[in-house]
Amino acid sequence: MSAHDPADGLPEHPERLWSSPEPERSYDVVIVGGGGHGLATAYYLARNHGITNVAVLEKGWLAGGNMARNTTIIRSNYLWDESAGIYEHALKLWEGLEDDLGYPLLFSQRGVLNLAHSLQDVREGVRRVNANRLNGVDAEWLDPGEVGEVCPIVNVSPDVRHPVLGATYQPRAGIAKHDHVAWGFARAAAAMGVHLIEHCEVTGIDVEGGRVRAVQTTRGRIAAGRVALCAAGHSSVVAGLAGVELPLQSHSLQALVSDLLEPVHPTVVMSNAVHVYVSQAHKGELVMGAGIDACNSYRQRGAFHIIERQMAAALELFPVFARAHVLRTWGGVVDVSPDASPVVGLTPVDDLYVNCGWGTGGFKATPGVGWCFAHTVAHGEPHPLNAPFSLERFTTGALVDEHGAAAVAH
Amino acid sequence: MLLIPCPWCGPRDEVEFHYGGQAHVAYPEDPGSLSDAEWARYLFFRDNPKGPFAERWSHTAGCRRWFNMVRDTATNEIHAVYRPGEPRPVVA
Repeated sequence: MSAHDPADGLPEHPERLWSSPEPERSYDVVIVGGGGHGLATAYYLARNHGITNVAVLEKGWLAGGNMARNTTIIRSNYLWDESAGIYEHALKLWEGLEDDLGYPLLFSQRGVLNLAHSLQDVREGVRRVNANRLNGVDAEWLDPGEVGEVCPIVNVSPDVRHPVLGATYQPRAGIAKHDHVAWGFARAAAAMGVHLIEHCEVTGIDVEGGRVRAVQTTRGRIAAGRVALCAAGHSSVVAGLAGVELPLQSHSLQALVSDLLEPVHPTVVMSNAVHVYVSQAHKGELVMGAGIDACNSYRQRGAFHIIERQMAAALELFPVFARAHVLRTWGGVVDVSPDASPVVGLTPVDDLYVNCGWGTGGFKATPGVGWCFAHTVAHGEPHPLNAPFSLERFTTGALVDEHGAAAVAH
Repeated sequence: MLLIPCPWCGPRDEVEFHYGGQAHVAYPEDPGSLSDAEWARYLFFRDNPKGPFAERWSHTAGCRRWFNMVRDTATNEIHAVYRPGEPRPVVA
C-alpha cells in the first residue's frame, strides 16, 4: 500500500475466522438467520449464559443479507423511554465492543445530525433532544450556523427549497464497518463452540403440543430445545412456518455508494423531510440511504425513482456531491412494524422466540438486541429492556411509536 | 420500476401511482362486538406473502381512481388488475 492509499488503516484479517461444521441432528438452541442479530444473539448466549450447544442457520452466507446492505449508522437518539433503553444499551456495548470481541470494527463516533426543515421538524427535534437528555442520552440542539460548523459541506443557506432550520446532534453516534461487526461476532461465537451453518435454509418448523420441537432445513431435520428467529425481512415467512402471524410488512430499502473521494464528510447527516442520510465510509465512499419503496417486496433491489428522489435531496443538501459518481446501488428487505419499533420476545408457541420488525434501523441495535434476546431465550422470559417490545402490545395498545425518530419514511 | 396497467388508463409508469396496501380488508361488520385481539388483528395485521399478493393502488397522477392488482412480491410480476368490487382473479 502507498502512503496515500485510502485503504490504509484497514485491519488485516486472520486467515480463518470460523469453522464450517456439518449440522448436528440436535441443538439446545437453533437460531434462524445468520445476520448481525443472529450472530450477536449466539455470541451472548454463549458468553453471558454459558449456552454453547447452539446452531446459527443461514440460508445464504453469513451476514449476506441486510447486514451487508445497510448504511452502518449507529445512534440512540430515539424519542420514547423504551427505545432509549434498548438503543442506548446497544450504544454502550458498541463503545466497548472491539475490546470485548478482540476484533477491529472501525467503530467511529463521529456524531449524527438529524436536520430540521420545517417548524414542525424543529419542534419535534427539540422535544427529542430534551427526551434524550432526560434518558441520559447525549443530545444537543444546533442552529443552522452550528450545523455548518459540525459539517461544513451541508448547505445551510436559507435560499433553498427546504432550508436547514437546525438539527439534533448526538456526538456519541457514528458508524462501524458492518462486515467486521458480523465477522467479529461470528469468530467469537464460533470460538466458544457455536456452530455457524451456511447454505441451510429453514423450510419448516415442527410444533407439537404447542411447543417447538425442530426445524426442517435443506440439510435435514434439526431438533431444537428452543428456536430463536432472527430472519429480518423474511420474518413473516419463517414465523408462518410455525403458524405464527406477525404484524409486519416487508419492503425494499435502497442505498448507494459513490466512488472513492478524499475525506469531505466528517459526520453523519440524516434528513427525514427531504429523505437522504449520508456518511463517508472509512475507505472514502459516500454512503447514502433512501426511504423504503412503498409497495411490499421481497426483492433485494428497488425502484429507480426512489434513488432519483434521494439524489435530488442529497444534491440540494450537499452541492459538493454534484461531482461524485454513483458506484453501485442495492436494496435490502426490511420488515416494518405498525409503530416503527421492533418485535422482540415470546410467541404463542412455547420455546419459539422472535426478533424482528427492526425495519430500517436494525444495525445500530446489533449488540444490544443480541444481549437482550439471548437473555430472553436463555430464561424463557423477556429481558427488561425488550419487554416493552412484545407482540402483545398490538393488543394492549401500548405501542412504542417511533415513526418520528426512526428517521426513514415508512 | 413498474409498468402498471391502470384498468381505466392503460399502462403507466409506477411514479404516477400511490400504493394502498393489502386489498379486500373489510371494515368489521359489527365493530362493537370485537374483542381487543380481534381489533388488533383488524388494525395491525396484514398479509405479507412472498409471492402473489392482492393489493390496492391509486392512479393519483392520472384518473385518480383506486383499483386492485395481484402482484408477485418476489418477482414483481403483475398477474392481474381489476376494478373495485370485482372478485380477486384466480392466477396461476
